[in-house]
Amino acid sequence: MTTGTAPAPTTEPTGPTVAVRHLLAQIGRYTFLCAVLAFFALPLLWLATAPFDDTPTVTASLPRFTLDNFRALLDNPYALSSLLNSVYLAAGTAALVVTFAALAAYALSRVRVPGRDALLYGLLLLSSIVTGTATMVPLFELAFRLNLIDSRLGVILILSGGLLPAAIFILKDFMDSTPTSYEESARVFGASPLQIMRHIVVPLVRPGLATVGVWAVANVWGNFLVPFLLLRGPDKAPAAVIMYTLYTEGGQADLRLLSTFSLLYSLPVALMFVFVSSRYGFRFHGGIKR
Amino acid sequence: MSAITMRELTKVYPGGVRALDALDLEIADGEFFALLGPSGCGKTTLLRTIAGLEVASGGSVRIGERDVTNLPPGKRDVAMVFQDYALFPHMTVRDNIAYPLRIKKVDRRSRGSKAADTADELGLSGLLERRPGQLSGGQQQRVALARAMACHPQVFLLDEPLSNLDARLRLEARTFLKRLQRELGVTTVFVTHDQAEALALADRIAVMEGGRIRQVGTPTEVFRRPANTFVAGFIGSTPMNLIDARVRGDELSVARAGLPLPDDARGQVTDGERLVYGIRPEYLDYSPTAVPGALTGEVVVVENLGSVSLVSLDVPGEDTEETGPGRTSVQVVVAEGGEPEPGDTGWAVPRPGRSLLYRDGNLVTAAATAGVPAPRADAAARS
Repeated sequence: MTTGTAPAPTTEPTGPTVAVRHLLAQIGRYTFLCAVLAFFALPLLWLATAPFDDTPTVTASLPRFTLDNFRALLDNPYALSSLLNSVYLAAGTAALVVTFAALAAYALSRVRVPGRDALLYGLLLLSSIVTGTATMVPLFELAFRLNLIDSRLGVILILSGGLLPAAIFILKDFMDSTPTSYEESARVFGASPLQIMRHIVVPLVRPGLATVGVWAVANVWGNFLVPFLLLRGPDKAPAAVIMYTLYTEGGQADLRLLSTFSLLYSLPVALMFVFVSSRYGFRFHGGIKR
Repeated sequence: MSAITMRELTKVYPGGVRALDALDLEIADGEFFALLGPSGCGKTTLLRTIAGLEVASGGSVRIGERDVTNLPPGKRDVAMVFQDYALFPHMTVRDNIAYPLRIKKVDRRSRGSKAADTADELGLSGLLERRPGQLSGGQQQRVALARAMACHPQVFLLDEPLSNLDARLRLEARTFLKRLQRELGVTTVFVTHDQAEALALADRIAVMEGGRIRQVGTPTEVFRRPANTFVAGFIGSTPMNLIDARVRGDELSVARAGLPLPDDARGQVTDGERLVYGIRPEYLDYSPTAVPGALTGEVVVVENLGSVSLVSLDVPGEDTEETGPGRTSVQVVVAEGGEPEPGDTGWAVPRPGRSLLYRDGNLVTAAATAGVPAPRADAAARS
C-alpha cells in the first residue's frame, strides 16, 4: 500500500523533511479536490440563487431577493402544464418499463435459454442506439406510419423501448439473488406463476423495482430529442422541450425565466430520488435484506 | 392420509444425468419414511419428484388412489419443508403460516385464527408478529412445519429437516419431529444424508445409491442385516468391518482365524469359496487374552468415543495367490474400563448370530429367512 511513497533505502531523509513533504502533498491534493468540487458546485449554486435574483447573470452571485421571476413564469401559458406533461411521460414510461422489465427479468432469470447472456448483452448494446440520434429518422417514420405523431403514447413507447434492455439487465440480477426455494415452496402450496410473482418475487425485489423506476423517470425527465421531434404542439410538450422556448424576443436566453424554470424542473426528480433512496435504498445489485 | 406408490420411476436431467433409475417404492399410509444416501444419490430428486417440482421422465407416482405423475405440485395435496425452510422474509410468522390458506382463498379473518391455532400447537404463540429473520433456527423450522401443517396435506415432504440446526438443537428437534409425526399420523417422507438421523427418526428407511434403492427396511433390519456391502458401509456410526474370507469345510477362514459359518449362510456356500465377512464393531467383544474363534492382532489406535472406545486392530489378511499375506484393520468397540494400550495384542470375538457374509457385494442369505424383502434385493442385483 505504501510502497509508492516509501523512501529509497540509500538516501535516508531526516524526519522534518518527510513531514514537510507530506504536508505539501496534502495541501496540493486538497487544493485540487476543491477546484474540482467548485467546478461542479458552482452551477448548482447558480441554480439555487439565480431564480431569486431580479437581474441574474451567468455567474453565481449574492441575489437581490425577489419572487418576481416565479410570478413571470406563472404567466407563461406552457411552463406549468409542461411540467405536468413531463410527469405524464415519465410516469407512463416508468410504469411500462418496470412492469415489462420485471416480467422479462424474472423469466430470463428462471428459464434456461441457450445464449441468454449473449441476448442480454446484445440488447443492452442495441438499446443505446434505439433512442440515440442516429435512429431518429426511422423512428419518426415508424411513428408516422403508426399514427403516433403528436401522441404521448408514441413518446412513451419509444422511450420505454430504449430503457427496457438496461432495466431488464439490472432487474435480472435482483431476480437471480432471490432463492428459488421461496417460489418452489409457494408452488407446492398451489400458487400460480402470477401469484408467486405478486406475493413473493415483487416484494423481495422491491428495491430493484424502485431503482429502475427512478432511473426511468430521470431518463425521461431529461430526454429532449424524442418528445421534441414527435410532439408537435407546445400543449403536449414536456418541460425539457419548453425550456428550449424560454428566450427573449431578441433570441437571447431569458435567464430570469430559465433559471426559475430550471429550479422547478429539477426539484421533482431530486425529491423523488431522496424519497426512494431513503425508503428502499438506491442500488443496482440484488440481495435480500432479511 | 395416503400411501405413496412409485413404479419404474425414472428421472433423466437434460444432459443425460440419470438421477432416478426405474425405481419402485411403496410408502405406507401414516409411515415416517427416510430416504437416505450420500450426496448425488438421487434422494432429493426423488422427494422433488413426489412433490411435483421435478417432472418424471418415466414411470408413475400415486398418492393414495390418485395418479399424480402429471399433476402440478399445487394439485397433489402435499406440503414440503425445504432445507432452508423457505420462509418468506417479507411476511410475518402469521402471514407465512397462513400463506397456503391465502392461496386457497380462505378469508383473512379465519386464516389468521387458523394460523394462530397451528402456531400454538408448535409453541410459537408469542412470535406471530415477528419476521423470519428475527427467529432462531429452531423457531424458523417450527414455523416452516406449521406452514406445512396449516393446509392439512395428505403427505409431508421434508428436505434435510435437521441439517440447518446446530448439533445440540438437532437432537431436540429430532425428538420433537418424531413426536409431531406420531401425533399427526400423516405420511411423511424425509431426505437425509445422516444415517443416525434416519435410524433415529424413521419407521422405514430406503438406502439409495446412484439413482437406485439398495435396501428398504426398518432401522433394525438395515442396521443388523445390510443387504449389500454399500449399505453395510453406509449405515452405522462406525462402518462395518468387511474382511476377505474363504470357506473351509464347516468353518470360515477369516484373517487366519477359524470362525463358525453364519447360520443362514449354511448350505448357501461351497467349500473353498471366497466371500467377504462382515461384522459390526459393536458386535465384536474385545479380549486381552487368547480365546478360540477370535480375530487377533496388534492394537494400533484407540479412539475415545465417550462411554466406549473404538479400538483398531492390525490383523493379518487372508493369503491370496496374487498378493500373498496382506494386512487388514479390524475395529472393535470396547466398553469403558477395558481399553487396551496401543502395542498390546488383542482378540476380537464375534457375537453369535451377528456376523454376515457377502458374495459379490450382496448378502448371502437363505431367502426365506431374510429380513429384506426378496424383490428389493433382486432389483439391486439387476444393476
